[in-house]
Amino acid sequence: MQGGEERPGIAEIRGWLSEVPDPEIPVISLTDLGIIRDVAWQGETLVVTVTPTYSGCPATGVINLDIEKALRDRGITDLRLERQLSPPWTTDWITAEGREKLRAYGIAPPIDGTAADGRLAGRIARLSGTSNLTIACPRCGSTQTRKVSQFGSTPCKASYVCNDCLEPFDYFKCI
Amino acid sequence: MGSAVNQAAFFEWLCRIGDNCLILGHRVSEWCGHSPVLEEDIALANQALDLIGQTQFWLGLAAEVEGKGRTADQLAYLRDAAAFRNVLLVERPNGDFGNTLMRQFLFDAWHIELLRALEKSSDARVAEIAAKAVKEVAYHLERSADLVIRLGDGTEESRARMQKALDTLYPYTGELFMADASDEAVVAAGIAPAPASLKAAWDATVSQVLAESTLTHPGETYQHKGGRKGVHSEHLGYILAEMQFLQRAYPGATW
Repeated sequence: MQGGEERPGIAEIRGWLSEVPDPEIPVISLTDLGIIRDVAWQGETLVVTVTPTYSGCPATGVINLDIEKALRDRGITDLRLERQLSPPWTTDWITAEGREKLRAYGIAPPIDGTAADGRLAGRIARLSGTSNLTIACPRCGSTQTRKVSQFGSTPCKASYVCNDCLEPFDYFKCI
Repeated sequence: MGSAVNQAAFFEWLCRIGDNCLILGHRVSEWCGHSPVLEEDIALANQALDLIGQTQFWLGLAAEVEGKGRTADQLAYLRDAAAFRNVLLVERPNGDFGNTLMRQFLFDAWHIELLRALEKSSDARVAEIAAKAVKEVAYHLERSADLVIRLGDGTEESRARMQKALDTLYPYTGELFMADASDEAVVAAGIAPAPASLKAAWDATVSQVLAESTLTHPGETYQHKGGRKGVHSEHLGYILAEMQFLQRAYPGATW
């Protein structure tokens, strides 16, 4: 901080970060997404530790720029962003509030504990054309939905369609 | 840890895993805008993105281990074909959609076993990348296995194409399990599993999925090799010509 002012507290900084939207899904914030792993002062330097969602998510670079901009706008000039890979990000870290925001936006939130494990269990159920998960349509609430593709408009989402209201929608899949 | 292992062998090994992700990621990205249906186009592009993201981690670590000031981008864009260490399987041409999916399945079934073993690596940096990537690759494997079964156990036409793809690609899978002195050095340091140790689990997955797909397992066949040592098929040069053109023609270009 310049000018010898009292430096802002961690809670206040986290509050600022909770106003920074995810660039791909702007209804949820970076803190809702659970990717801010740590905020700490190291001497005069503020260190923000961020974990990537997917390895190749193109939003990662934009997220770092957005964090920097948000904090610089609040007067923090001595700033360092660190990447932390471990433990790897999981959708379990998306906050309850974040999940409701996703649903309201038209994206079915993740159902914890249903991440792919690559052990090919339940494959037959998936091959029958219906999902082995009950994903409720975020528009009409019907649970009569089916998976169209494991990968949707971004790596973190799968494509579904509702058999009742016929609307396609994204499911934020578990990882 | 890293200091106990021959750094040249570690670098070589990191290039092998990184180049597999890079070249397969590039191959898969060639489908963007050309897939049979929109959903598959998006799925392939997303999978390519995962692989390129993993490449950045692996080649980033390779550059760090090498310690000559190179970056992941420089390794990807400025090496010639003979310096690439990917297996021949991933540089095979895409062919039709079925051939692409069969190549993906044979690779994914190996990739997931490798990453699971690497989660226990003695090198924390390797273990972290593996723990991140294995979650993504679980989705890749489930998808490619599903599609191999659907298309194998599909129409007469789709079955014939999948059998042809399997017969063409299977002779390129043996290289995944071969080892040389570099592998032995990283295995001895506890960084990576012995390549051959992944074979039983891979065999089990492949046999199970092929049985469900009604396709005929090719059995023991002649196995091609060379990519891991930098002896590539003619296909890699064309991939690099496209992938590296911009950085070769306009060195250091950014946008």
